[in-house]
Amino acid sequence: MGLPMELRQNVLITSVDKLVNWARGASLWPVAFGLACCAIEMMAAGTSRFDLSRFGAEVFRPSPRQADLMIVAGTVTTKMAPAVRRIYDQMAEPKYVIAMGACTIAGGPFQGSYSTVPGIDNFVPVDVHVPGCPPRPDALLWGIMKLQEKIRTQSIADQRR
Amino acid sequence: MNCPTDNFICNPFLYFHLAANAIFRDHLPEPLGTIIVLALTVAMVTTLIALIVMSQVWAERRIVGFMQGRLGPNRVGPAGLLQSVADAVKLLLKEIIIPTQADKIPFMLAPLLVLVPSLVVWSIIPWGPGLSVTDLNIGVLFVLGLGGIPTIGILTAGWASSNKYALLGGMRAAAQLIAYEIPLVIVVLVPVLLAGTMSLGGIVEAQSNLWFLFFLPVGPVAFLLFLVAGIAEVNRSPFDLPEAESEIVAGFHTEYSGMPFALFFLAEYANSFAVSAMTTTLFLGGWGGPILPPFIWFFLKTYAVFFVLVWIRGTLPRLRYDQLMRTAWKVALPLALVTLGVAAIELSLIRSLLG
Repeated sequence: MGLPMELRQNVLITSVDKLVNWARGASLWPVAFGLACCAIEMMAAGTSRFDLSRFGAEVFRPSPRQADLMIVAGTVTTKMAPAVRRIYDQMAEPKYVIAMGACTIAGGPFQGSYSTVPGIDNFVPVDVHVPGCPPRPDALLWGIMKLQEKIRTQSIADQRR
Repeated sequence: MNCPTDNFICNPFLYFHLAANAIFRDHLPEPLGTIIVLALTVAMVTTLIALIVMSQVWAERRIVGFMQGRLGPNRVGPAGLLQSVADAVKLLLKEIIIPTQADKIPFMLAPLLVLVPSLVVWSIIPWGPGLSVTDLNIGVLFVLGLGGIPTIGILTAGWASSNKYALLGGMRAAAQLIAYEIPLVIVVLVPVLLAGTMSLGGIVEAQSNLWFLFFLPVGPVAFLLFLVAGIAEVNRSPFDLPEAESEIVAGFHTEYSGMPFALFFLAEYANSFAVSAMTTTLFLGGWGGPILPPFIWFFLKTYAVFFVLVWIRGTLPRLRYDQLMRTAWKVALPLALVTLGVAAIELSLIRSLLG
C-alpha cells in the first residue's frame, strides 16, 4: 500500500500493472518436479491431447531459480515436505503454487496417516487448489487459467509493503 | 537479383546511412560524428538481433509443437506471436538471486561474456552486397575466434555459481568446444580454399555460379560436418550436454534467475542464428538468388537452415557423453581432414586442366 489514496487510480500504474500481469500470466514456467500419480496427469497435460503449451506454460524448467510456478503434484509425506519447502524457497519472486490433487489439499485417501502431511497449506502458501484424485489434465489447465485470473488482479503497488 | 547498392529495395539501410551521415557527420567535428554514426549502427543491429531471437523462439516452440502433434503457444497475441514478448517482460521483472556462496563479480559478468561475442559476430555477416557493418578480409578467422569466447563465459558461470551441477556443466561445455572446434576450423577451410579469400563477402561472390554445397564430392560432406560441428559448438540439442536436465539439473545456468538467465537464453539463440547465417554464407550462396532482393534471399536461406536445426532438435535425443567425444575425435576430425585434402586435390586438378 505504498501509494497515496488520490494516486491509486493513476493511469501509469494501472497500465504498467496490466502489462506486467499480462506478461506474468502468459508465461508461467513450472518447475519440473512431481511426487506421485498426479505427476503422471501433469505430464499428460503437456502432451498433444491437452497441450499446456497453448498457454505458454510448457517450459518445464529443471532449476527452480528460473521457474514461476510450482505444481505440487502428489502425496506429500512428512519426509518429503522439507524438500518441497526448499524448492519453494529456491524459486525467484514472483512465485505461485498450485496444489494438485486431494493429497496436497488435505491428505486425500491418506488423511490421518502417521506419515502424510494433511495439506500443503501447512508449509507453503497455495494460490490455486485443483481437486480430484487425481485431477484430469483438463482440470490442471483449469487451475492454470484460474491462476492467470488471480494474477490479473495483482498490482505492483500492493506488493511494495 | 542483380543489385546496385544505391537502390532502396536492395539496401534497406540506405536511407538510414544517408540520414545519419547527413545529420551527424556533416555538422559535427570529425571523430564525434563517426562515433555517433557507429553507435547508431550498433544499436540498430542489436535491436534487429533481439527481434530475430524473439521470432526464433516463437518459431521453435510452434514448430516443435506441430512436430509433436500439439499446437504450441497460441493464446498470447495473434497465433501466439507475442509469447516471446511476454517471456521477455516476465524475465525482466523477475527477482535476481545471487547465491551467498557465489563469486559475485564473475557471476554477474559471465552472462555478458557469453552474450557479447554472439552479438559481435553480426558485425561482419553480409546481409546483401556491401550490406554488413564491416567486411573484414579475415572474416572467417574473426568468426571462429569469437566462437570460442562464449565457452569461457560458460566456464566462468559454472565456477562462480559455487554449485556442483553448474561446475559440471561448465566443464562439459569446455570439453565439448575443444572437441568440435577442430573439425569446424578444418571444414571451414574448404569454402575458403574454393573461394580463395577469407572475406565473407568474397566467399558469397565466389558462389554466384555454383553454391559450394553442390561442389561435388566434397561440398555436401563439408556442409554436413559444418552443420554438426556448429550445432555442437553452440550447445544446441542433441549436443546440449552442458545443460542436460536429466543429469545435471540445468547445467551452467542452474543458479541464474531473471535477467542474467535471459541473457544466456538470448545468447544461445543469437548463436544458433549465427550458425545458420554462417552456413548460408559459406555453403548456400549467401544473399545470391534470382528475382527477390538479396537480403530477402539471405533471410529465407538462414531461416531454412534454422528450421533444420529445430527439426533436428525435435527428432534426436540427447547424445551420451562418450558418444559425443567419439563422434568428434574418431569420425568428424578424420572426415574433415579427408574432405580438406580431397578439396585441395580436386581444385588443383581443375586448375591444371583448365589451364
